Amino acid sequence: MTLLSDAPRTSTALRILPPGMYSARSHVVLERAFRVYRRSWLVVFSGFFEPLFYLFALGTGLHQLVGKVVGPGGHVITYTQFIAPALLAASAMNGAILDATNNVFFKLKYAKLYDAMLATSLGPLDVAIGEISWALIRGGLYSVGFLVVMAAMGLTVSWWAVLLLPAALLIALGFAAVGMAVTSYLKTIQGLEIVQLAVLPLFLFSGTFYSLSVYPAWLRVVVECLPLQHGIELMRALNSGALDWSLVGHAAYFVGMAAVGLVVTARRLDRLLLR
Amino acid sequence: MAQGLTKSFGTFTAVDGIDFAVERGEAFGFLGPNGAGKSSTMRMIGCVAPITAGTLRILGMNPVTDGPRIRARLGVVPQQDTLDIEMTVRENLYIYGRYFGMPRAELKAKVDALLEFAQLTDRAKSTVDPLSGGMKRRLTIARSLINDPEILLLDEPTTGLDPQARHVLWDRLYRLKQDGVTLVLTTHYMDEAEQLCDRLVVMDGGRFVAEGSPRSLIADHSTREVAELRFAPGANADAAVALAAAISGDRERVEALPDRVLLYVSDGEAALRRAHHLGLSPVSSLVRRSTLEDVFLRLTGRSLID
Repeated sequence: MTLLSDAPRTSTALRILPPGMYSARSHVVLERAFRVYRRSWLVVFSGFFEPLFYLFALGTGLHQLVGKVVGPGGHVITYTQFIAPALLAASAMNGAILDATNNVFFKLKYAKLYDAMLATSLGPLDVAIGEISWALIRGGLYSVGFLVVMAAMGLTVSWWAVLLLPAALLIALGFAAVGMAVTSYLKTIQGLEIVQLAVLPLFLFSGTFYSLSVYPAWLRVVVECLPLQHGIELMRALNSGALDWSLVGHAAYFVGMAAVGLVVTARRLDRLLLR
Repeated sequence: MAQGLTKSFGTFTAVDGIDFAVERGEAFGFLGPNGAGKSSTMRMIGCVAPITAGTLRILGMNPVTDGPRIRARLGVVPQQDTLDIEMTVRENLYIYGRYFGMPRAELKAKVDALLEFAQLTDRAKSTVDPLSGGMKRRLTIARSLINDPEILLLDEPTTGLDPQARHVLWDRLYRLKQDGVTLVLTTHYMDEAEQLCDRLVVMDGGRFVAEGSPRSLIADHSTREVAELRFAPGANADAAVALAAAISGDRERVEALPDRVLLYVSDGEAALRRAHHLGLSPVSSLVRRSTLEDVFLRLTGRSLID
């Protein structure tokens, strides 16, 4: 039985990494997560309800006051149809951040889980990929649930809405990777509260509930630099089937987040635990 | 095998150019006070800490380039348990094997055998948290054996355990040694070092201050016997001065402690008689054989090191 193949060491994509960072076995990190959460599936399930509560509260309540709005591509849609894809983007963000910050911090600082993993033939990149994948799968499950509810309530506007799922996964991936990278810099548990403090305004002010056109020009520019706004634009356009090239830019933003987050996380694990 | 092995954190040098070689199947011990550099050395051997200077070869491989490949053949028992508290006892063993890339089918039997070895079969379905300290330690050791390691690294394996648990662990470690596993351990328990180690080094301030078998260390750095004499409080220092006449030879010496006087001599009973001839009458006295503890205190001093 070979415990370690030579393949990862010589593959072109990973040649830039120091030796020993990766042993192509991140799936066992994922296997651990599945075993752990198989017992506490209710905890996982809880994250599914949060965006639904928002949808019902704002969709039924505010919908009466607002009525119809003009969505992407000039379609006239209901207010609930306007906020539903944005809530999906926000829930993908919340699910991914929650796992990549709170849970990862606990495992890193208190449970010493990664110390144990790195004493085996796993490398830091295996751990980083495994944990980010789990955060992603969890976020993906929430998104599927939400999409089903959206479709059932007639909130999907066009057939392009099927692309909301991969888009939600991409958003979750970007936030999970960056969230984990940020967590690796946190020293105390109070730091986690600051992360929450950053996430809440992102959720409220990124155009989730209204169009960015209400902002003065300078504030619009600021918000347009922030990640969630790109997720919301992407989702809203897909839901309405108003496709154009700007969507590629929005998607690229998250690909960039994922790449930077993953590399930073692996390096930080290496520095923190292998010293 | 290491030459000039050094580990620095910023300006602080934890391990300062040590040389050693461990033979296959040997039980090798690092003995030393807290902060002597034992754990840093262990982490370097375990390929979880890069070396600052010097050379280190483990199983003929270089940890800089072959870390995962070396770790695949090592078992590690860290100072603090790093058990997976979100999993059961059985799952802890199972998933650790998976981390090493072992196939599921092979692990089933292996996990059963290790549960038996660690005497944890009836706790297999329990989570880790309610286990006693001794059980957790046994589980950590069982876990470190999942990949049939050729070298087992044990960092203070029995610290914090009660005597029963320590003896069970020693028994298990002794069995592993019989099976040909190389044991590398750190400890500050002298009895543990005497029980388990074929050869040991005494570390202090990142350097080796002595090395050899437990027996040869005692022979080289202490006397055969120690007479302990207890005088009235405050009278120990004066008695020690007087007792200088009761010893002879270049090895023998007197050490005055606040509560008693120690005479390091080849014949303890004879030294006691000489003390009585000098007109000294201790409140109590005893004669014992020299232990590694005497060597250890001689070499690393009596003051607290933190």
